[in-house]
Amino acid sequence: MSHTIIELQHVSKRYGDTVVLKDINIEIEQGKFYTLLGPSGSGKTTILRAIAGFLEVSEGDVLFDGQRINDVPANERKVNTVFQDYALFPHMNVFENVAYGLRIQKKPKKAVAQRVESALKMVRLEGYGDREISELSGGQQQRVAIARAIVLEPAVLLLDEPLSALDAKLRKDMQYELRELQQRLGITFLFVTHDQEEALALSDEIFVMNDGEVQQSGTPVDIYDEPINHFVADFIGESNIVAGHMIADYQVEFNGKTFECADAGMRPNEPVEVVLRPEDLDITSTDAGKVQVKVDTQLFRGDYYEIVAYDRLNNEWLIHSTNPAVDGDTVGLTFDAEDIHVMRLNESEEDFDARLESYEGE
Amino acid sequence: MKKNGTSMAFYVPYGLWLALFVIAPVILIIYQSFFDINGHLTLANYQTYFSSGTYILMTFNSVWYAFLITVVTLLISYPTAYLLHYTKHKQLWLLLIILPTWINLLLKAYAFIGIFSQNGGINTFLGMLGIAPKQFLFTDFSFIFVASYIEIPFMILPIFNGIEELNESFVNASRDLGAKWWQTFTKVIWPLTISGVKSGVQAVFIPSLSLFMLTRLIGGNRVITLGTAIEEHFLVTMNWGMGSTIGVVLIVAMVIIMFLTGERKKRGRRA
Ligand SMILES: Nc1ncnc2c1ncn2[C@@H]1O[C@H](COP(=O)(O)OP(=O)(O)OP(=O)(O)O)[C@@H](O)[C@H]1O
Ligand SMILES: [Mg+2]
Repeated sequence: MSHTIIELQHVSKRYGDTVVLKDINIEIEQGKFYTLLGPSGSGKTTILRAIAGFLEVSEGDVLFDGQRINDVPANERKVNTVFQDYALFPHMNVFENVAYGLRIQKKPKKAVAQRVESALKMVRLEGYGDREISELSGGQQQRVAIARAIVLEPAVLLLDEPLSALDAKLRKDMQYELRELQQRLGITFLFVTHDQEEALALSDEIFVMNDGEVQQSGTPVDIYDEPINHFVADFIGESNIVAGHMIADYQVEFNGKTFECADAGMRPNEPVEVVLRPEDLDITSTDAGKVQVKVDTQLFRGDYYEIVAYDRLNNEWLIHSTNPAVDGDTVGLTFDAEDIHVMRLNESEEDFDARLESYEGE
Repeated sequence: MKKNGTSMAFYVPYGLWLALFVIAPVILIIYQSFFDINGHLTLANYQTYFSSGTYILMTFNSVWYAFLITVVTLLISYPTAYLLHYTKHKQLWLLLIILPTWINLLLKAYAFIGIFSQNGGINTFLGMLGIAPKQFLFTDFSFIFVASYIEIPFMILPIFNGIEELNESFVNASRDLGAKWWQTFTKVIWPLTISGVKSGVQAVFIPSLSLFMLTRLIGGNRVITLGTAIEEHFLVTMNWGMGSTIGVVLIVAMVIIMFLTGERKKRGRRA
């Protein structure tokens, strides 16, 4: 149904000897909300710049609507950007900043005023049109930057950490606003964040980046439930990662015991990593537990207690529980077979998908 | 108290310099301008100045030539500074541009006399091409050419600094919003580098108002500016009063230019 609007094919970027992007392959379908998620310096901004036209890629092609646009200048590309550093024009007031693109398009005066007003309203800055940029707080500037890009209603909007300077409440509000706007106008969003909660809440699809590579792509649920490797499991949500061995299909050994699990398709006795999410762990009596741990510390997090405990091999266990535990107590932990997620070491995303297909398809 | 006293002490050298070489001379010039050649207190100098066609024409000439010199330097300097910003070894290139300012003005003027004269470099070259020798020296062209040559570094430097300070992301933002190069230039680059241009204009226009050695050596005294007139009055006719009056006019002109090109306070929010 929906067609691919932007595609990166084997895109690499080097500055001298430093490789910043390594063979990036990304497909972006029209009208969806995509997120680039990754730690600082992982190459997120660089990908946006390649799409917006501010840097020449060292290798590979950037396609827009199937056309190669590597050599199309930035001002002719049908994408707009909310810059990480806002880049608001300091010699213009808020209104003039937001009106800039419309003025360039020579839109009639009345339409400009109207559209600027409604864009400012969307970012909760009604009546700020006459302010100078220097008279705004950081969060207000950031919202002007959003307004300046969305007012043009581009086919694709690139947003580089557009909510990073906002307080928690405003940030939530703006998340809803952006999602609503994206769906109402059918704009394709490529959103950059290093906030995994934000990524999980907003996206249709997430690209998890590290070290200039896309580690995994997929829906928020896929990525959360079935992280492909240690990095993704660790970066998305909180997790307990323990070393183990795959005994046979649906049987994994860790912590000196064998457990049933939902994973298969690996070599017998293959060394693996096992992921258990803290919220999937339940505290019971020592006898009933599958793993015995000693409670070390706990923090009250509002809607749950975050408990840190250690097993007899001195592995750390993170548990989210609605009830507090007693420091120093030894308790048992239970979990279901489906809660266990097994990761092979160094498995590529393609192999991972193929393996999943092989046994889930049965 | 003691701390305050020491910090005040730092201002003493500068304060003395300011008092002796800036404030005192200005007061002296203004004072002198009210005396005629015989030492009588009078307003006649100003009367002469404003009623005489010669002086008005001279003033106009000075402003006009200073204006031309400024425009020529600006037209050459802005693109140069802009390109310089994007060149690889810009500090080296900048050094080459600044280098000529280390050479004495008179030396450069004499060098140009050699280049422009009847049997100088340019005419020799034209002769090889079979073109008859032309008069370059003592023309308006040569005057403006040499004056611009001398002033260009003083224009390039502040503009270059202004462009260096310009954040590249403003240019990117403009292009991202669909602006072509020329639109980006007029709407973003130029307004954000205008303060550098203003400093450059100040640094070129004001000294150009009172150029006088060049008017003689290169312009052959065909161009008579206020600078020439002041020199004549102080050294030849010994009419210090009249010379000072012209000096006062020059100072006023400078203040006006400073005011026009200075940083004006940012206009407040419109209600
Ligand atoms: N002009 C440049 N020259 C050399 N290295 C660069 C240049 N621009 C970026 N890099 C490097 O490229 C890497 C990726 O940078 P990028 O800005 O894409 O990171 P990011 O994922 O957006 O990080 P952040 O979350 O901090 O914004 C970084 O290691 C950075 O140092
Ligand atoms: Mg970035």
